Amino acid sequence: MPNETNGAAPGGAAAHNDGFAGLRLVPRSDTTYKMKDFKSDQEVRWCPGCGDYAILAAFQSFLPELGVPRENIAIVSGIGCSSRFPYYLTTYGMHSIHGRAPAVATGLAASRPDLSVWVITGDGDGLSIGGNHLIHALRRNVNINVLLFNNRIYGLTKGQYSPTSEPGMITKSSPMGSLDSPFNPVSLALGAEATFVARTVDSDRKHLQGVLRAAADHQGASFIEIYQNCPIFNDDAFEPLKDAGERDSRLLRMEHGAPLRIGADRGVVQGDYGELSVADVAEVGEDRLVRHDAHRADPGYAFALSRLDRPAFEHVPIGVFRDVDAPSYDERMAEQLAEAETTQGRGDLAGLLASGDTWTVR
Amino acid sequence: MTKQVQQIDRVIIRFAGDSGDGMQLTGDRFTQETASFGNDLSTLPNFPAEIRAPAGTLPGVSSFQLHFADHDIMTPGDAPNVLVAMNPAALKANIDDVPNGAMVIVNTDEFTKRNLTKVGYGSNPVEDGSLAEFKLSSVPLTSMTVKALEDFEISKKDAERAKNMFALGLLSWMYNRPTEGTLGFLKAKFANKPVIMAANLAAFQAGWNFGETTEDFAVSYEVKPAPLPPGTYRNITGNLAISYGLIAGSQLSGLPLFLGSYPITPASDILHELSKHKRFGIRTFQAEDEIAGVGAALGAAFGGALGVTTTSGPGMVLKAETIGLALMTELPLLVIDVQRAGPSTGMPTKTEQSDLLMAMFGRNGESPVPVLAPRSPADCFDIAVEATRIAATYRTPVIVLSDGYLANGSEPWRLPDVENLPDLTVEFTTEPNGDDGAFLPYQRDPETLARPWAVPGTPGLEHRLGGIEKSDGTGNISYTPSNHDLMVRTRQAKIDGIARDIPPLEVDDPSGDADVLVLGWGGTYGSIGAAVRRVRRAGGTVAQAHLRHINPFPADLGEVLRRYDRVLVPEINLGQLALLLRGRFLVDVISYTKVNGLPFKAEELAGVLQEVIDRAE
Repeated sequence: MPNETNGAAPGGAAAHNDGFAGLRLVPRSDTTYKMKDFKSDQEVRWCPGCGDYAILAAFQSFLPELGVPRENIAIVSGIGCSSRFPYYLTTYGMHSIHGRAPAVATGLAASRPDLSVWVITGDGDGLSIGGNHLIHALRRNVNINVLLFNNRIYGLTKGQYSPTSEPGMITKSSPMGSLDSPFNPVSLALGAEATFVARTVDSDRKHLQGVLRAAADHQGASFIEIYQNCPIFNDDAFEPLKDAGERDSRLLRMEHGAPLRIGADRGVVQGDYGELSVADVAEVGEDRLVRHDAHRADPGYAFALSRLDRPAFEHVPIGVFRDVDAPSYDERMAEQLAEAETTQGRGDLAGLLASGDTWTVR
Repeated sequence: MTKQVQQIDRVIIRFAGDSGDGMQLTGDRFTQETASFGNDLSTLPNFPAEIRAPAGTLPGVSSFQLHFADHDIMTPGDAPNVLVAMNPAALKANIDDVPNGAMVIVNTDEFTKRNLTKVGYGSNPVEDGSLAEFKLSSVPLTSMTVKALEDFEISKKDAERAKNMFALGLLSWMYNRPTEGTLGFLKAKFANKPVIMAANLAAFQAGWNFGETTEDFAVSYEVKPAPLPPGTYRNITGNLAISYGLIAGSQLSGLPLFLGSYPITPASDILHELSKHKRFGIRTFQAEDEIAGVGAALGAAFGGALGVTTTSGPGMVLKAETIGLALMTELPLLVIDVQRAGPSTGMPTKTEQSDLLMAMFGRNGESPVPVLAPRSPADCFDIAVEATRIAATYRTPVIVLSDGYLANGSEPWRLPDVENLPDLTVEFTTEPNGDDGAFLPYQRDPETLARPWAVPGTPGLEHRLGGIEKSDGTGNISYTPSNHDLMVRTRQAKIDGIARDIPPLEVDDPSGDADVLVLGWGGTYGSIGAAVRRVRRAGGTVAQAHLRHINPFPADLGEVLRRYDRVLVPEINLGQLALLLRGRFLVDVISYTKVNGLPFKAEELAGVLQEVIDRAE
């Protein structure tokens, strides 16, 4: 009857992890895993050529790096093509409700600090029906990693425009062009003051895994936008960023401490009011280029960076926009519980029931 | 002078005033005094949803009714014997409920021309003889309070605000209430404001002294303690009892409690209460909306917590999809719906029983969920423990239908012996249950049909849950027609099977020869019980039964229904239980319904009951 599970997890012992900072309350594994250890026996049922395959493979081959027992990893998804993800992994998982994965994951992560919790969502799931949950999970800094697969279209419902589709896009539900102004997912996450925000591309495994690594090393909520190709309803949406001849002149590969450069000729400079713009290096000089600082406490700089890709894809920052330290929600919640127990003593049910004005009938 | 003390067996007092007059506090203090004196009691707070409606208007009237007695009572009473009206609006809003000959105490200071006009009184009812059929006491409560406090260094406004304590002092004298509790309460409440504390204590004392000295009140009354069963008692509201029941459920099951909730009237008090008890390992999460509240609770349940969400009707609607996911993933989840008058926003602070069919059927697909309903404020404790038992044993969401009347109403509660509460210990699954060390998350216990609950962190049992139809045993995604049919029927059979595990319906039929059964559910127990007593006192014969388990019904319900010639089903909705009973048992029950945001009155129900009895003869 006694409740021994106040702070610790019901399933696993609390242990210290000396690896990634975001996993410091998660036990370390004695087993050395390989990619195949994370592949489930379920048949993967995405369309041929879907970007989700590449992301899944990159994720499966990254998971052994975490150094966490497989049973301490939980993948929570919503509804949509990307949300089938958990079925293809051998970890614990829940394929939940359209848009609600951040809420479900919040309950799981807040009550189980010993788990590494990953949320898989898409642009429709995470930004439309579930937009509210996403921003609140981010502002609370719940210790979860959100992977938002952005293909700029609704796939599973067969091709309607999404909250990231470009204005005027012709789709099944917008035969005369979409009237919506799209979200920039990175701007949105920064607006919610997410403590870790990054962007990567499905086809660049090295970059994708680098961003996953950085997310795992972040304590609290991590938000990663992954540009993902939908070959059926929005094929080649990100082609300019993938084409070998074009991508180097468009991608702004952000690295903390390094100058922000796009290809050989261009770079990012800061104006008098803190605004960022792209300039010819030859004109402004090397010294004026902004050195990327992902650790700035104020999200304004990262937000300015997130606005650089307008008009779409002319110059697109990828990498980590923001990575700042802040206590995570589950950690602070556990602290309150511990504090209550320290100051008031462990709860005693009989004492609780008899608190307040009582009287005795003999 | 020595005043006469008259013995009475029970009394109903209603305090009524402006929302800002402190009527709920006054009523609550009088209740605590009455409880500690040892009377049986029942209360009915009634207040507007607006926090401070315009002063002196009818919508701003707040009231608190208390019924106490020297014997066991069941309701807050039909009609007040004493009405305390702090202003003309309070008089106007309440006087129609007051029977001839009852005492009406009015604060004459507030009966100004302006205040009278505000609520449509053409002339002053205190002076124009329109209150002649009542025992009217005109007391200038405000000015007497101000006068009593003239030596204190406080503003006139602060002095006026203490008038509720003057009124409480007067009534406490009139009914010979013990005062230590209230004095202690005021000292604690204003510990940081010594002047205000002293002023309130003085106002209370002045009210008491006024009763003792004035010739307006020649008589005081005494209501002897009620002979309740031996034990330690406290007064408790339904919301507090549910909170304690949930804490008990967590302690008894060994599952840490996780509450995901969004503030909503009249359920928010449960969130407030549970957030105070972190030393029990309770995590409370005030979510961004109703959906996130239940979603987080389900996520925590996946992780091995006792997941709870609390809400009222409009929130229940939003939680439906997640309750569906909980029943598909077959995880324990407690959903507490403190019902209020609907539809839509309805009347947030008024009671109703109209969420029953939503609880039963308000989800897509075949989606059976156990439904329980407490029958009194104190019963909320037992129901919360029972809901925990069913959820944990059967791995299912459970809906508890409390209501606004139970939530805010109170009654004495005999504290349970903690050692005698049921052992609800949950054993998580830690070993594979299939061939070759495989784990089959949907391989069921043959008796309960519950599936294993293996929580993240358990090596070797990694599995995936979700809302897509599951293959029997493996839990993998399945669109196979025969499997879906099997799973739909199995989920239904699991919930139906709970009937084997709940007590038979208690039928109160003392003579054993009643022809008429009155059957209720949830918060109407007190009113129906009081009506049954009236009928029996008048020589009538009637049986009473009350459902606390609604889905599944007790196994013997059909047999009980068929034993009686007529079955009357009173409900504060348009006949939702009646519909279920007719559909399930083909018994033509007589539905009696009312939806005015208030509990039934015992007298009214007794009349209906008598009519049904007369028809049966």
